[in-house]
Amino acid sequence: MSANDFSPLAPQAGSHVREVHDPLHGELLEVSMGPHHPSTHGVFRMIVTLDGERVMKLKPVFGYLHRNHEKIAENTTYLGSMPYTDRLDYLCSMTNNWAYAIAVEKLSGQPVPERAEYVRVILAEITRLLNHTCLAGFLMQDCGCSGTPLMYAFREREKILDLFESLSGSRMMCNYQRFGGCRVDPSADWLDGARKLTDNYGRFLDEFETLLTGNEIIMARTQGVGALSPELAINAGVTGPMLRATGVNYDLRKVDAYGVYSRFDFRVPLGAHGDVYDRYMIRVLEMRESIKILQQALATIPAGPIMDPKAKLRGFRPKAGEAYGRIEGPKGEIGFYLVSDGSPNPYRYRVRPPSFVNLTVLEDMCLGQTIADAVIILGSVDIVLGEVDR
Amino acid sequence: MSDNPSAPTPGITQQERDELRRQGILLTSIQELYTWGSSHSVWPLNFGLACCAIEMIAASMAKFDIARFGSEVFRPSPRQADLLIVSGTVTKKMAPQVVRLWDQMPEPKYCIAMGACAISGGPFKQGYNVLKGIDRYIPVDIYIPGCPPRPEALLHGLVQLQEKIRGFKLTGPDAPRHLRADLPCDYPVPEFGAHDLEPPANPDVWKAPVLVRNEKA
Repeated sequence: MSANDFSPLAPQAGSHVREVHDPLHGELLEVSMGPHHPSTHGVFRMIVTLDGERVMKLKPVFGYLHRNHEKIAENTTYLGSMPYTDRLDYLCSMTNNWAYAIAVEKLSGQPVPERAEYVRVILAEITRLLNHTCLAGFLMQDCGCSGTPLMYAFREREKILDLFESLSGSRMMCNYQRFGGCRVDPSADWLDGARKLTDNYGRFLDEFETLLTGNEIIMARTQGVGALSPELAINAGVTGPMLRATGVNYDLRKVDAYGVYSRFDFRVPLGAHGDVYDRYMIRVLEMRESIKILQQALATIPAGPIMDPKAKLRGFRPKAGEAYGRIEGPKGEIGFYLVSDGSPNPYRYRVRPPSFVNLTVLEDMCLGQTIADAVIILGSVDIVLGEVDR
Repeated sequence: MSDNPSAPTPGITQQERDELRRQGILLTSIQELYTWGSSHSVWPLNFGLACCAIEMIAASMAKFDIARFGSEVFRPSPRQADLLIVSGTVTKKMAPQVVRLWDQMPEPKYCIAMGACAISGGPFKQGYNVLKGIDRYIPVDIYIPGCPPRPEALLHGLVQLQEKIRGFKLTGPDAPRHLRADLPCDYPVPEFGAHDLEPPANPDVWKAPVLVRNEKA
């Protein structure tokens, strides 16, 4: 058995792993990547067993950022957990807020005014732009394009963060959604700013894609690398752009049609190969669709209250029961499961983190690939450790 | 080098020095030259822990541009770094690695505790797995509050650190740690004990705050 037996397109999960000390085939090398490693996107550790450059085994080690999110949430009020959800996936605090708000609203039967639904859609799609842009930048950084794509991405990120800051008062940790609406009503100036951002974003994407999408080096580096089969993706519970890159048409914005998404005309881009390049392309195409949603939402946003006037925030005690609220976050299905016993604190609070579930197929994607490819495969999964370890 | 806050060379006033500099004569001392040079080439370790790391990256990008202060060279290896920016929550599982990284950095080295979590545990302080401040194990030079601090706050912290470095004396009892033999320069890496990290804090670095109670009450 030689290293050439591995076709990069069809890694055989688990079947080629041999002993570390095999006198016939030479020594395998165990490398511990992380928790301090520039390409692990935080404090994540991979114990990689290598035959030459090929990955034979990959053992992920989590928990370096386990900061007791669920336990703290069970000991604080429902509203008190809202700022903690910001810190789950710290690139997309708005969508985390929304998923949590949906779960609590389901639990207490709280209606949401129409204007708030529109604002939530606008903010969620802007967050999607933010997350996918940063992801593309970080992925290219992992590929070795040091600096330039990430700098372009962060230039756009600052424009989005300025919008978030003027609305919520904070750049990253917005803490903006409430049960039954949103905290502040966006002014006409803010909506104009969002329109301006939306109108200019397509031009930025054109520029970004000119740099990256057709780039021969990037295509050679990412096509056929880290392929994931649709069957395995479905079995492992993978969601979001990772799943759609394999060709499975599953988008909660279409499946659940939560909020007011059923009123907007947009398509769900699908990949064909499930490799790193497809995952990059899906994100770029999703950004184009997000721009379409944003244009429609900003053109048709109704006037009205931003909070349900009957919504109760202080002394909030939902009746006993359970609820699961989920939305299509930029990384996949982010959901909150809540069990209430009638007290001010949830009896059980559970997060369904998309990046943690998507990370479970990392070994299957990396087997048979080179160690340098494992880095970009991890980059294309799009993990945030705050959400993986919670 | 008139930005040096320390007192000028004895026997000559600051005005005379400035006048000489206008005439093209630079009067300086080894100490001034050394601290001025090292304050403007602080290389941070490319080490992100949590949310604050994103703002640390943002500070190194075009809008905030940490390169203006000579610190854009983020080194992935602790052997090449001068500055450890503890950017985020340090959990008890991660604390030994952070102290090990600090130990692997060569002197002179500086530490910035960025954000509420690195200072005290922040919003996660009540968590069972969260270290209540990295200053329990390593000496922290600058504390930057915020959750997360804005990139401008990080830049301000860096400027404060530069001022601190420019105030260093090369000799005498006020000399920094790396120039004195009587101060400890190795920091024991904590280990996982039965219930907590062992030891729970480094007594050479951290003293528990003393509670002063009001006797009358």
